[in-house]
Amino acid sequence: MAAEEKTKTNAEAEEATVVRTQDVKKVYIMGEEQIHALKGVDLEVTQGEYLSIMGPSGSGKSTLFNMVGGLDKPTEGKVYIDDVDVAQLDAYELAWLRCRKIGYIFQSYNLIPVMTALENVTLPMVFAGLTSDEARDKGVELLTQVGLGERVMHKPFELSGGQQQRVAVARAFANDPAIILADEPTGNLDLNTGREIIELLRRMNEESGVTVISATHDHKMLSVSDRVVWVRDGRVDRIIDRDELKIEVGTIDGHE
Amino acid sequence: MAEQHELNTQISLPLSKAVEISFNSVKIRFGRSLITVSGIVLAIAFLMSIWAGNAIIDGLMAASDPKINLILQQKGVEIDPDSAAAIQQRSKDAWLVVLSLLVCLVGIANAMLMSVTERFREIGTMKCMGALDGFIIKLFILESTFMGAAGTVIGVVVGFLLTALLNMSSFGTVIFDHLPMVQILQDGVKAIVIGSFLSLIGGILPAYRAAKMEPVDAMSLEV
Repeated sequence: MAAEEKTKTNAEAEEATVVRTQDVKKVYIMGEEQIHALKGVDLEVTQGEYLSIMGPSGSGKSTLFNMVGGLDKPTEGKVYIDDVDVAQLDAYELAWLRCRKIGYIFQSYNLIPVMTALENVTLPMVFAGLTSDEARDKGVELLTQVGLGERVMHKPFELSGGQQQRVAVARAFANDPAIILADEPTGNLDLNTGREIIELLRRMNEESGVTVISATHDHKMLSVSDRVVWVRDGRVDRIIDRDELKIEVGTIDGHE
Repeated sequence: MAEQHELNTQISLPLSKAVEISFNSVKIRFGRSLITVSGIVLAIAFLMSIWAGNAIIDGLMAASDPKINLILQQKGVEIDPDSAAAIQQRSKDAWLVVLSLLVCLVGIANAMLMSVTERFREIGTMKCMGALDGFIIKLFILESTFMGAAGTVIGVVVGFLLTALLNMSSFGTVIFDHLPMVQILQDGVKAIVIGSFLSLIGGILPAYRAAKMEPVDAMSLEV
């Protein structure tokens, strides 16, 4: 009984933390060479925050991002998503986690080309075991929310890049995830469309309280982020909060 | 325990839904599927034409009609089953069947391999959406079954018709009087079973490999 209470208080104390990494290291072996992509990263992501991971290519940004999203396992160290050690999960539980807890958004949209916008959005719901009717209603609602209510029956190739990414955003929200992982969501989009996607993500983040983690080197992302994590050479270089950000942005832009 | 129960009920892909998805996938990629299927059609048609040709000749010989025997001899078919030439002919036929089976195997495996590898990215995305390895394999097995079944049935029909036409031009319509229908139907069923089996194997192996990949690897792979 006492033990139970103890776990409860622990859970309550850490309720705010959605993702936690503990001294995460990742080594890739390329032939004879060992590449240390991550050299020990500690990071905590709080519920409901909009976090951007920034860094040049080759900095380990993508590797860290994949770890946080449960897409890759660390060589050393631990990654906790909702206080669950990802390395301990079997294939079944991992699929469940990806299906229900995490919504993914990719740089190249990754919609299934042969499916309509609606079918793309409802696919994760089908995996989650919703009936076709429930999935369709929810899918239409989500597509309406991202401004594509009129285009539910369109195939990806009939949509513009920005519209495809909106479908991908709707799909990421399909199973009401706790975390949205966006990998360079604006990388393939022009300035204005990119800004629209960022604003859409921010709006969804504020409305549903979902945690957004985004890997990017798009500076437009900075102004909406609650926190920005700079990764350099496999380590967290610095973490900057929203209040400090306003001042910093100027200097960074000035430098580059 | 509760969590386990939740897992069981919530990660599932009903068969009807899987059939719908994979059938649509074949239908929408019609042009692409047609090329895949045509590989199977050709392979099976070749196999079937060898068998049907043999069956037709056997049927004619079994008739033991002096007039037909004369035509057969003119066409260079040995009618005495125990002669050296006939034995040689039989081993040549067996070799042709083996050869056509090999063509079948390579044609179908290649077609299936292509249709899976060009969609690694799609598979990776589905895994990110929470698809279990089993879903992916299920979808691709269904898909290759659809294509395999369609391809083998068409192949059997095409192979038989072409062989019948060819033999008709050599021997005349008399072949239809002595057509061993039972034998040909048996051969057809055999060809369908072999074709479906080969397309299943050809589809499972790459799908299994793709399904076992980590989603990041599947998506970053350029094919």
